Amino acid sequence: MTSVFDADGKQIPCTVIEAGPCVVTQVKTVETDGYSAVQLAYDEKKEKKTTAALAGHFKKAGTTPKRRIVEFKYFEEEKKQGETLTVELFSEGDYVDVVGTSKGKGFQGVVKRHNFSGVGGQTHGQHNRLRAPGSLGAASFPSRVFKGMRMAGQTGNQRVKVQNLRVIKVYPEKNVLVVSGSVPGAKGSYVIIEK
Amino acid sequence: MDLIKFVEEKEAQNELPSFRAGDTVSVHYRITEGSKERTQVYQGVVIQLNSTGANKTFTVRKVSNSVGVERIFPVNSPAIVKVEVNSRGAVRRSKLYYLRQLTGRKARIKEKR
Repeated sequence: MTSVFDADGKQIPCTVIEAGPCVVTQVKTVETDGYSAVQLAYDEKKEKKTTAALAGHFKKAGTTPKRRIVEFKYFEEEKKQGETLTVELFSEGDYVDVVGTSKGKGFQGVVKRHNFSGVGGQTHGQHNRLRAPGSLGAASFPSRVFKGMRMAGQTGNQRVKVQNLRVIKVYPEKNVLVVSGSVPGAKGSYVIIEK
Repeated sequence: MDLIKFVEEKEAQNELPSFRAGDTVSVHYRITEGSKERTQVYQGVVIQLNSTGANKTFTVRKVSNSVGVERIFPVNSPAIVKVEVNSRGAVRRSKLYYLRQLTGRKARIKEKR
């Protein structure tokens, strides 16, 4: 992340995303596939590391192998196979949603995972239950723990969507997009940008 | 390849003269009162330069009516009109927090020659 000053002199925290060039590898239509979508591929990959099936797929689209393939439904413009999309799809002032995989935190307790407040004090007989979840429910009725009870477990490393981030700047020369605020995931990870 | 650096270079707006901690500077900055806009001058000693890139700031300390005042300016802030360096100070550290404890004649900084 970095920050940018806007016209009013306010400092806006923002994230720099390299968006494109993406190649249209397949156009799905209702007639052939049952639904319509555009399949985009991004980021160069070695031919040697591509499976034969994927290599054929990329060859059909007339491009080099790519690392990531993502399908977009409800694409507003008609696209043809082999077309290249750049960051110029976006313009300043647009609002976009960004989808990414959040940073993995491992197996975490309820205080970190669900923002439980813990016991809240070290006295009154607490010696080893400071971050305990407390009661899971009632006793002989219902005699079970309800589904969806918030407990400890794997935290992070999930698909997360952040909505309505404003596009602050677009630099077509390097395919760079600057959006306000933060996006999910670690530095250098892949994200999907939806308009 | 470092795209953050690329964006920061593009966004850098102010060309300030080079100064460091210990220097006395006058910062001319724009302030808006309602719809009116005017330029104010804030003069004092730079006590630290903080951070790098787009988030770079400098702190200017002065003693006003025997009360110490510190102001932090972002280097890239569009509110800064210009910065004048009035004198170069001879100091031996990059953060002059010790000035906060000193007053009067002890708080002076030798001029670099």
